[in-house]
Amino acid sequence: MAFREYKIGCWMFGIALSLSMFITIVLPGLDISSMSSTKVALEKQLTYGWESGFNYYDPFLQGKDKPIKVTLTKSPKTGAAIDKTHAYVFPAGTHFPDGLTHDNILGDGVQQVSESKGRIGDATEEKGGVFLVQTDANDTPYIEYATATRGWTVAATLKAADEQILAGSGKTIFVREGCWWCHTLLPEETQDWQDFGRPPLVGDFNGESPTTFGSDRKAPDLLHVGSRNSSREWMTMHFFNPRLVQPHSIMPRYDYLWGDKDVDGKAVDLAAWDEHFMRYAAGDEIYPPEVPIPAADSEARKLIDFVLNLK
Amino acid sequence: MLKYLFAKEDDIPQGTAAIFFGVSSIAWFIIGTGLGSFNAAKLAFPDFFHGLYALQFGHMRQVHVHAVIFGWIAMAFAASMMYITPALGNTKLWSEKLGVWNCLLYNVGLCLALALLWSGVTSGREYSDHIWPIDLYIAFVMVVPWSLNVWMTILNRRTQGIYTTNWFFAACMFMTIIVFLIGNMPEWLHLTGLNEAYMTWWFAHNILGLLITPVAAAITYYIVPKVTGNPLYSHRVGHLHFWSIVVFYSTPAAHHLMSSPLPEWLKSFASVEGVLILVPAVAYVCNILLTMQGKWAMFVENIEIKFTITGVLLAIPLNMQGGFQQTRAINWYIHGTGWIVAHAHLALLGFSTFAEAAAVYYGMQVLLRRKLYSASLANFHFWMLLIGFSLYWTSMTISGLIQGAAKIYEVPYVDVVIAEHPYMIVRWLGGTMVFFGNIVWLYNMIMTARVGDIVPVGRQPAEVAYTR
Repeated sequence: MAFREYKIGCWMFGIALSLSMFITIVLPGLDISSMSSTKVALEKQLTYGWESGFNYYDPFLQGKDKPIKVTLTKSPKTGAAIDKTHAYVFPAGTHFPDGLTHDNILGDGVQQVSESKGRIGDATEEKGGVFLVQTDANDTPYIEYATATRGWTVAATLKAADEQILAGSGKTIFVREGCWWCHTLLPEETQDWQDFGRPPLVGDFNGESPTTFGSDRKAPDLLHVGSRNSSREWMTMHFFNPRLVQPHSIMPRYDYLWGDKDVDGKAVDLAAWDEHFMRYAAGDEIYPPEVPIPAADSEARKLIDFVLNLK
Repeated sequence: MLKYLFAKEDDIPQGTAAIFFGVSSIAWFIIGTGLGSFNAAKLAFPDFFHGLYALQFGHMRQVHVHAVIFGWIAMAFAASMMYITPALGNTKLWSEKLGVWNCLLYNVGLCLALALLWSGVTSGREYSDHIWPIDLYIAFVMVVPWSLNVWMTILNRRTQGIYTTNWFFAACMFMTIIVFLIGNMPEWLHLTGLNEAYMTWWFAHNILGLLITPVAAAITYYIVPKVTGNPLYSHRVGHLHFWSIVVFYSTPAAHHLMSSPLPEWLKSFASVEGVLILVPAVAYVCNILLTMQGKWAMFVENIEIKFTITGVLLAIPLNMQGGFQQTRAINWYIHGTGWIVAHAHLALLGFSTFAEAAAVYYGMQVLLRRKLYSASLANFHFWMLLIGFSLYWTSMTISGLIQGAAKIYEVPYVDVVIAEHPYMIVRWLGGTMVFFGNIVWLYNMIMTARVGDIVPVGRQPAEVAYTR
């Protein structure tokens, strides 16, 4: 019996669905893909690396396979003083973001300048290297492969760095811990300018994955949180127990991201801390317990670096 | 059920797969709403159970969503399709054995998928959170065999023509597979940036619009005429519903990202198409309510009709909200607030759940050939669901309006959190009522299977009087 009395219907169905897919996938895809990267997009790609969600190289979302953002005030090659610069260090084997490996992500002008002036064509994942985000005379942002243009090696750059910002690994923790179920990363175009800052532009996302806009805002937008509040001490206390700095907060505690040992190698005893805190909350103690400073390789440190780096 | 896994096809009683899916769906409904109630408690009292890090909100939120969508809603759909499709084709299910295997592998896959999500292994995309190996499993082990059973049953039907419900079933399974494979492509092809963000919401919109809403509607197209005995009011209005779903519901994906920097033409197009969703919505609701002519007493007396029609009535505010809240004039105010959470629950816990609950109630009685154990417990379940949902919806809508007002007046965010606190408590109470109602439902169903009165051959369960 089959569908033969429905032959026309089947054709109409196929045509209608194909047309709808063409309008809602192909046309927007072409339009969005034609947008050039902004400087923000270049910085994000070099900070977050290839992928912050599930992937082969970091299947359990532990923040592996990520570049390190560093602050430099002296040249890694000569040691001479330079203006404060952010460099993005990809240790050998770290996977590059799509902008460095695909020709169509950065956008026409940006891709051209990054190749001619920035020499990104010389970079390979096997060797790794150091990258900078620059702007040329025409105001076009581009990526500079500093290992080729300035001779900055990975080891020398990490050694010369004033600070290492583990925001790339931190974004993976941000995705894994589900921070984006409550905090959006998308100030809205209509009314969020004053509180949450400039809404993103169309080219701000090229090469970023996932974008974790968030949809259900139960907490402040975080896209520019590092500009509103740049205090590492506040962030540390807030992540450990948000009620320490904001009694009305409904954010969960992230004290388990501290791991076993704090920065001094002392054991982190959450049960004892909690007992002390409950006495403080009941009014039996005058001061809350001290918040341990997270160890340099702890997940808490990576997450705090990510949040503070959201400028 | 498991004894039929290796039985010969002819030795498996008809309806086995549907019963297996039906029981699973009720179990997942309890798990899903239990998780929801637990999460809601955390939003009201953030230090609730804070010592157990596995029960962290950020890890559990998506487990609730996927347990409810893939566990309850999709499995209730599968249960409905496995008995309604053959009934409407005057034939038997193409393969009960495939159905039983399908249900077993569905449950196994869902446990694995939720365990991974729970431990934080996620793609970081809302609604397409599952990692791509799980996506492939869902598509080819969970959905394709299910679709195959539906399509082959329709092809092997012994009736002239296909009834409305079955067009929807066949087409929706087809569209689901297409939407699922295309919607998860960003992960396979490593699409990035706005393309990826847009495709995330393209998937989320279409999986709701082309699977959940139309299949729930298709179920009511079967239950209402079948139980009341009235013919469907209009086959043509059904056509209008079907075609306008295909054309209008598959296009407004971008209205989920109205305040993001997507191309303006795309947002305007999506917004207009979004209003046009009112065409299938109005056609559908009118068609079902007019089918009820002369039988409105059953809305009070018959538990399946009570559930179904409540679902259809909830579709009215659902579609009015849905059509207008995504226009620029309104969206800027309520975007990303609790209003949207309320709307999502109106669609899934309101309209869709009530329709599916009716289908599972009815299907279990027909397949087991046993009258429902207790009318009182069923009514208790109904009111727990309806009151629980109403509390939830009202509190979240109010909290959404508070958030919206706070957005334009730009008050410090913590003041919003303080103002929302009482509504978060009500939300938790509402969700908990739904959870407890479902436990009663499971008990009622188990007792129906064990000691329910036998329905005589040739009789409908609705024609037999309740004894309890």
